[in-house]
Amino acid sequence: MNDKNRQDGDSGSQARGWREFFLRPTARYSVASLLVLGGAVGILFWGGFNWAMELSNTEDFCISCHEMRVNVYEEYKDTIHYNNRTGVRATCSDCHVPKEWQHKVVRKIVATNELLHKVLGSIDTPEKFEAKRLKLARIVWRTMERTDSRECRNCHDYESMEYMAQSRRAVDRHIKGFDEGKTCIDCHKGIAHSLPDMHEEDPSIVVGVVEE
Amino acid sequence: MKRSLALTCTLAASIMLSLPTVVMADDVKSLRGTAGIDAASAAPVIKQWAPDQEPIERDYVQQPPLVPHAVEGYKMNRKVNKCLSCHGWTKYKEAGATKISQTHFADRDENVLANIAPRRYFCDGCHVPQRNAKPLVSNTFTPVPAIHQP
Repeated sequence: MNDKNRQDGDSGSQARGWREFFLRPTARYSVASLLVLGGAVGILFWGGFNWAMELSNTEDFCISCHEMRVNVYEEYKDTIHYNNRTGVRATCSDCHVPKEWQHKVVRKIVATNELLHKVLGSIDTPEKFEAKRLKLARIVWRTMERTDSRECRNCHDYESMEYMAQSRRAVDRHIKGFDEGKTCIDCHKGIAHSLPDMHEEDPSIVVGVVEE
Repeated sequence: MKRSLALTCTLAASIMLSLPTVVMADDVKSLRGTAGIDAASAAPVIKQWAPDQEPIERDYVQQPPLVPHAVEGYKMNRKVNKCLSCHGWTKYKEAGATKISQTHFADRDENVLANIAPRRYFCDGCHVPQRNAKPLVSNTFTPVPAIHQP
């Protein structure tokens, strides 16, 4: 009985404490000093938050885990987004993390799921990764279809495309594709990483079922 | 004694016979050029892939058609074949590409399969893209007029 009373009293005073913290005006510090201090702390916190988030956008961070380094990063090194005529490179986050802040934060929260699978070791060998490749690729493809290939279009804007400089095949198919309202990923799959076994996705571009 | 004399004669004869060959070797210019064996030969200029063009006419009846466009980065393995995404039977019309020949569906016993025969699956074993390079060795080949108008 006594214990219960004390507990109630504790939570009661705690609630009062919080109420005072938020509502009771301070008589000790000037409004200006509180504003300046609050502003400074705010800038530090906000800057630090964004700095840390940008740190998680670097290639070094992405390939600090071997699942990325030995699989997708190795494949990417053979492609035009890594090595090309003009030396402009698109790194992991340029394609896989949205530029706009609100989409970026959502993507980062979704990415925490990857931490779980890192711990579970879901794809910790190349064989396990290969077995899951189609499933993982589809997640990326479907996301890009949903966002109208937003991350591609951060650099590739079809209104800036000079058809005279494109090959004949590219001109034909780009004009047709844009007219039909297609999005980049509808045709440009597997441009930065190896494709999965495509039998399930498009049986017409592979010889047959691959028996493992 | 007799034997060693015969040996000496044979040796001398073979040296004399091989002499003209040794002299002639100086006149021969290898594909590598005339640089000494310990010197690095000049690096050849890297040729660009030929730009996209109309289908290239065949020079002889059995010739696998040449690829009239660049194929850099095209993947061709057991999981996917990039060429089929335009030249396959379900894709060629939309892509405006040449359809894969029906002959590619038969195995070596001439059984026609439901899909491209594994032996005909790897396109670049026969069909090759072009660079504008001069032949290393000249030749006098002329296409037969029946399939190639001069």
